[in-house]
Amino acid sequence: MSDRLAVRKTYKLFIGGAFPRSESGRSYVVNDARGRFLANASRASRKDVRDAVGAARKAFGGWSSRTPYNRGQILYRIAEMLEGRRAQFTDELRAAGLAKNAATAEVDAAIDRWVWYAGWADKLGAVAGSANPVAGPFFNFSTPEPTGVVGIVAPDSPLLGLVSVVAPAIVSGNTAVVVASEPSPLPAITFAEVLATSDLPGGVVNLLTGRRAELAPWLASHMDVNAIDLAGAEEAQVKALEEAAADNLKRVLRPVPGDWSDEPGTERMTAFLETKTVWHPVGV
Amino acid sequence: MSTETLTSAPASGAELRAFLHGLPGVDQVGADERAARLATRSIKNDAKAQAIDMAITMVDLTTLEGADTPGKVRALCAKAARPDPSDPDVPRVAAVCVYPDMVEHAVGALKGTGIGVASVATAFPSGRAPLEAKLVDTRAAVAAGATEIDMVIDRGAFLAGDYLKVHEEIVATKQACGDAHLKVIFETGELVTYDNVRRASWLAMRAGADFIKTSTGKVSPAATLPVTMIMLEAVRDFRAATGRMVGVKPAGGIRTTKDAIRYLVLVNETAGPDWLSPKWFRLGASSLLNDLLMQRRKLATGVYSGPDYFTLD
Repeated sequence: MSDRLAVRKTYKLFIGGAFPRSESGRSYVVNDARGRFLANASRASRKDVRDAVGAARKAFGGWSSRTPYNRGQILYRIAEMLEGRRAQFTDELRAAGLAKNAATAEVDAAIDRWVWYAGWADKLGAVAGSANPVAGPFFNFSTPEPTGVVGIVAPDSPLLGLVSVVAPAIVSGNTAVVVASEPSPLPAITFAEVLATSDLPGGVVNLLTGRRAELAPWLASHMDVNAIDLAGAEEAQVKALEEAAADNLKRVLRPVPGDWSDEPGTERMTAFLETKTVWHPVGV
Repeated sequence: MSTETLTSAPASGAELRAFLHGLPGVDQVGADERAARLATRSIKNDAKAQAIDMAITMVDLTTLEGADTPGKVRALCAKAARPDPSDPDVPRVAAVCVYPDMVEHAVGALKGTGIGVASVATAFPSGRAPLEAKLVDTRAAVAAGATEIDMVIDRGAFLAGDYLKVHEEIVATKQACGDAHLKVIFETGELVTYDNVRRASWLAMRAGADFIKTSTGKVSPAATLPVTMIMLEAVRDFRAATGRMVGVKPAGGIRTTKDAIRYLVLVNETAGPDWLSPKWFRLGASSLLNDLLMQRRKLATGVYSGPDYFTLD
């Protein structure tokens, strides 16, 4: 036993590139898998949701107008930062109940998943877009465009699940407001520290911790949110959330059964795209 | 101080200077602290709904850009008359504030609505022009139909201590206004100290201003809570001394509903409820109106709204 006093970490929210406490001043206790005290996490309120959506909207213009190549570079840089924190993530996953080997494997899978999505940044346009044959003297192109601010209710897989829902949303130029896993939010906040120390502009990803059932309805009903991913929403709440989301015709991604270690496919990326079609006269 | 001193023209520059420098100094730390404390009031939903509507009726919807066009002014006027096209219950704003050459377009677009047309004048925003030019500027705006004139004081003369010059310019502009109301802009961001803000307030009120206004919106810092509080104290004390009521208009930098409500609290706590009317208190702003409408809809529907649902200006 050393004589040092432990330096306890204060886990806060991640909004607009900064780490504020919840506006409400509330927090909740996070326990490890054996029920022992681990940390206090912020318990965000609806006003934090509002602030986060505001920050995401503000960041959207800049992030979406970057070149896909540049977005890919920034995402890859995040993977580098993740790699540097492998040990920390492994410890946090073990505290959340994973065995040592399983924790290491999950961290590796999460980093690989992130790199995989980073590679899609400058390929998505070619795969999801098209040059269309039309009956007239026009070139006709369809190109995928980001849809805007995406609300994400993250699943309980604390790192791999989180990475698998955040990366596909932002890779195409969307910005995101993420409600982290309720029982194990700590890897999400550590992940936010990774984002803050990479080149990702503030506000592109905003992370809230707290009661999912309390925050998700505000996110689903917010008129300035363009799409919502219900991956981690409670089953009983999904229907109500979809109804709230219908008010401004949000794109809704319903929870899909399956394991986060499965091949992801491109669905999560294409779910948050809009298609822009341009008619250009031939010979002008 | 006798009522006579406060309503008569100063006998000399020295007399005016003695009067202004005889005003009690402002406790800067105390003023900042009091304004900050009043800003922490918690306003509950019912009161908030009323405050939002009241703030909308107090807005001087402003466009003062080099790129203003007649079309933009007409669009702004349409917004002033019906801030939220989807909701006829939203009250109208108090006035539209434009440059003098845009007054005719605003007057035409606002005919029959009862909304005032305010025009900045006197070589706004710097005020660096000969007095004759300033008066011509003012008369042109009044002739075009402006019901309110926002003049800027000569900050250079004020800071150099030539208070009499400032006084005479205000008196001359007031005369040129005829029936139009005169608002006097201090540009408090350039006056440096709170003592100067208090002196400028008394100087303008003594010269016959109908309204005193913080800023042009072109200089940072623009309106702040402590500065507005000092001006509100001045109009309160001026009424107590002379019986004449003078209005206050903070302008510039007021962008959110929260800001606007803080100003209303300040008015109520400093000058009193008599000033809580568009006749005596105005908010000079442009982007504020959209935020007020957004908060109004949040209260009505229970869900957060977004900027996509309101007109751009």
